[in-house]
Amino acid sequence: MAVDKLILILLVLPLFGALVNGTLGKKLSNAFVGGIATGVMLVSFICAILVFNQTNDTKIIHLFNLLKLNDLHINASLQVDALSIWMTLIVTGVGTLIHIFSIGYMSHDKGFYKFFTYLNLFIFSMLLLILGSNYFVLFFGWEGVGICSYLLIGFHYSDAEKGMANSIAARKAFIMNRIGDAGLLIGLFLILAQFNTLEFIGIAEKLSLDPTLANGAIIGITLCLFIAATGKSAQIPLFTWLPDAMAGPTPVSALIHAATMVTAGIYLVVRSNFLFELAPLTKDIILAIGFATSMIAAFIAMRQNDIKKVLAYSTVSQLGLMFVALGMGAYTVAIFHVTTHAFFKALLFLGSGSVIHAMSDEQDIRLMGGLAKKLPITHITFLIGTLAIAGFPLLSGFYSKDEILGHALAHIPILYGTLMISVALTAAYMFRLYFLVFHGKFRGGEQLESHVHESKAIMTFPLVVLAILSIFGGLLNLPGIFLKNGTHWLQNFLAAHTAGLEKIHTEHASNTTILALMAVASTMTIAILLWAYYTYVKKNKLALADKDLKGWQLFSNAKLYIDEVYNFLIVKPIEYLSRMAYSFIEIKVLNQGVFGFANLFGKAGSLIRYWQTGLLSSYLFWMVIGLIGLISYYIIKLQFWNF
Amino acid sequence: MSIELLTLIIGGLTIGAALMVVISKHPIRSVLFLIVTFFLISSLYILMNAQFLAIVNIIVYAGAIMVLFLFVLMLLNLNKESEPKTPKIVLISSVVASGILLLVLIAAFKDSIQLSHVHLPPEKNIGLVKNLGNLLFDKYIVPFEVSSILFIASMVGAILLAKREKPIID
Amino acid sequence: MNSVDPTFATSIDFYVILASILFVIGAFGVLIRRNMIVLLMCIELMLNAVNLLLVAFSTYYGKGDAQIFVFFIIVVAAAEATIGLSILIMAYRNNKATDAGLFKNLNG
Repeated sequence: MAVDKLILILLVLPLFGALVNGTLGKKLSNAFVGGIATGVMLVSFICAILVFNQTNDTKIIHLFNLLKLNDLHINASLQVDALSIWMTLIVTGVGTLIHIFSIGYMSHDKGFYKFFTYLNLFIFSMLLLILGSNYFVLFFGWEGVGICSYLLIGFHYSDAEKGMANSIAARKAFIMNRIGDAGLLIGLFLILAQFNTLEFIGIAEKLSLDPTLANGAIIGITLCLFIAATGKSAQIPLFTWLPDAMAGPTPVSALIHAATMVTAGIYLVVRSNFLFELAPLTKDIILAIGFATSMIAAFIAMRQNDIKKVLAYSTVSQLGLMFVALGMGAYTVAIFHVTTHAFFKALLFLGSGSVIHAMSDEQDIRLMGGLAKKLPITHITFLIGTLAIAGFPLLSGFYSKDEILGHALAHIPILYGTLMISVALTAAYMFRLYFLVFHGKFRGGEQLESHVHESKAIMTFPLVVLAILSIFGGLLNLPGIFLKNGTHWLQNFLAAHTAGLEKIHTEHASNTTILALMAVASTMTIAILLWAYYTYVKKNKLALADKDLKGWQLFSNAKLYIDEVYNFLIVKPIEYLSRMAYSFIEIKVLNQGVFGFANLFGKAGSLIRYWQTGLLSSYLFWMVIGLIGLISYYIIKLQFWNF
Repeated sequence: MSIELLTLIIGGLTIGAALMVVISKHPIRSVLFLIVTFFLISSLYILMNAQFLAIVNIIVYAGAIMVLFLFVLMLLNLNKESEPKTPKIVLISSVVASGILLLVLIAAFKDSIQLSHVHLPPEKNIGLVKNLGNLLFDKYIVPFEVSSILFIASMVGAILLAKREKPIID
Repeated sequence: MNSVDPTFATSIDFYVILASILFVIGAFGVLIRRNMIVLLMCIELMLNAVNLLLVAFSTYYGKGDAQIFVFFIIVVAAAEATIGLSILIMAYRNNKATDAGLFKNLNG
């Protein structure tokens, strides 16, 4: 079938699923709703595979025209090239698995149909974002995923004890995203002003003809786009919404905040590679911020005690790593890491969802332990996910991290050293999490222990699939030391068919360097694994209670007090300003102004009332005065004063 | 004695009598002074050869209306000398208003005074009853008839207003 | 006495000024007197001032229309005096006094 028809089906089906579930879902059974939602996703995934097979070069599908002003055309059109189809595969593939998981996870929830409506709506917006051929459609999808994220985080807004907290977390996520959106809008305006078009291909062509076209504004444009990326992909300074977003149901965390929405920022930068290549300053800023984020988030994750918060900070840290790759110009490597991260992070989140489900919605790891025997499938898949994220040799995370480390070494050697620290921290907190949850004695009391059970097949099936993908995902982009042919497949695939990327020539390191890096990374990972095993299993060291934390552990657990700093610096002044505005503008200007004006007439009336005395003499007096006035008027009018 | 002097004297007397009307404390004296004023004005009419109006003025005004006033005064025993004291502010403002009114009226007539320094030609025939009667029944017949309706209205009104309320006897 | 020298006393100005002064005196009386009867009499005084002026102009122009007008003014003044006095009697019956300051029921 033709590519454009497949793409249209792919795009519209989730929207259709959302509409059906949204309007009729209340009356349909759970199985029906889940079936529609997941079936839609599956069909979209199959369409994506079919399109993927046919992708040879960039294809633009023009839908309709939105705006036509002189020579400015803004169209609703879709672009099918390697980058967009690859992202589509990830979104629809991982999305389908998460939908399947959700059918089991949310089966007891009253808002079942609402959940799947929002999920489908989210997928639609995400696909719009990815498949758009210009910044306008991208922005449309950008806003859409922001809304769906808000709806899904605050899904349990009417919960008795946590409802308020859920709503506040959703609002925080939305507002921080909004700040990024402001940056995106400004960037779009600047692009429009400079290039007079919003189409990716159009801008790339204009820049290839004349690289100095936008010399003054390019830094501004790229900075604005990067601000948008920090908002969506949770980088410093706009990352505090992501841990709070864990208030949403676990499948939401898996889909939105691990695999898809947070990668929208990465996607934006990769899409605009032709802009970023001309702004080395911005790339340095991206590098610095990505690096800082990665380190800080890893540090905070070291002493978090909520299973989902550890994974949330881990996501922020991995995103920082991806931004480091972007800052070095290694766009395709970043996409590779996005892919592998989608696999193992979704796996980890879904696994944690399985654990939480078994623990009757308890999320504190200090109350878990020894779950390995009770939840076998969850245990094995979670272990695979942990090994993958920690960079255990030959798993997918190993390859993608190594690529980034390799580029770092070639770029700035010191960066390699410090990134290794971040990678080490990643391994450390992930193994800590794994051992504390699945090994040792159960610490949650007998009541909870009696309810611990392995999840249904519908929930463990996606775990297994994702585990397989986490193991073999590295095959997508093997470095040159294995197999002469088909190496760096993903990078070559992306570079060949994406605008702008073909011009970026990333140096592949020599074979010996690659081997050395691999050896170093593997050794470190295995060493940390052994240390963690020794500490948490053999010595049975437990996670400290909140009051026992000291020193760096206190800082780590308290999230470096960043939320408190933001509250003090930004939130409180704005609240103060709004209260000032209310008391001044609302009360003084409006009340006294508008009502005062109305009162004026009342007062004038009561003043005039004094004239009506009822006394005959005063009336007569005024009659005489009136007569005088009348005669004087005519005297003056007819000018009787001529001599 | 010339006509001019006579008119001047009568004019001065009229002003004096009018002032006394306004100023007198007793209401009876005001009525009497008003009657004097009417007589003086009628004499002015005669000097202008408006004989019919002079007589009518005397008969109607001084004879009927003033008698009516006197009747009311006597019947209601309103001959009290004292009135409630007018507040000073009313006094001052009335004087000022009247003064300004006079000023304005004089100013209005100022130019005409310059222009019309002409004597009154005593047309001997205008004020005669015959001529006035012709005019009245020729040109102004409609107002003449309508005034009869006016009289009926005022008679009915006066009787209605001044009637004592009779108690209803079952 | 056919040819008379033009003097002030036989000019129209004399009557104009006289009528104005009489009118103003009447207005002054209306404003200042609080006895209702005297008030009505001052109104009659004002009417007479106007009558005087009208007759003067009638003689000045040699037309009789103004005198007919004076005739009707007298008619109306009679009717008005009648009604005014009967209202006064009623008011006296209600208030037992005829002070102009007592009638202030129409105040706002």
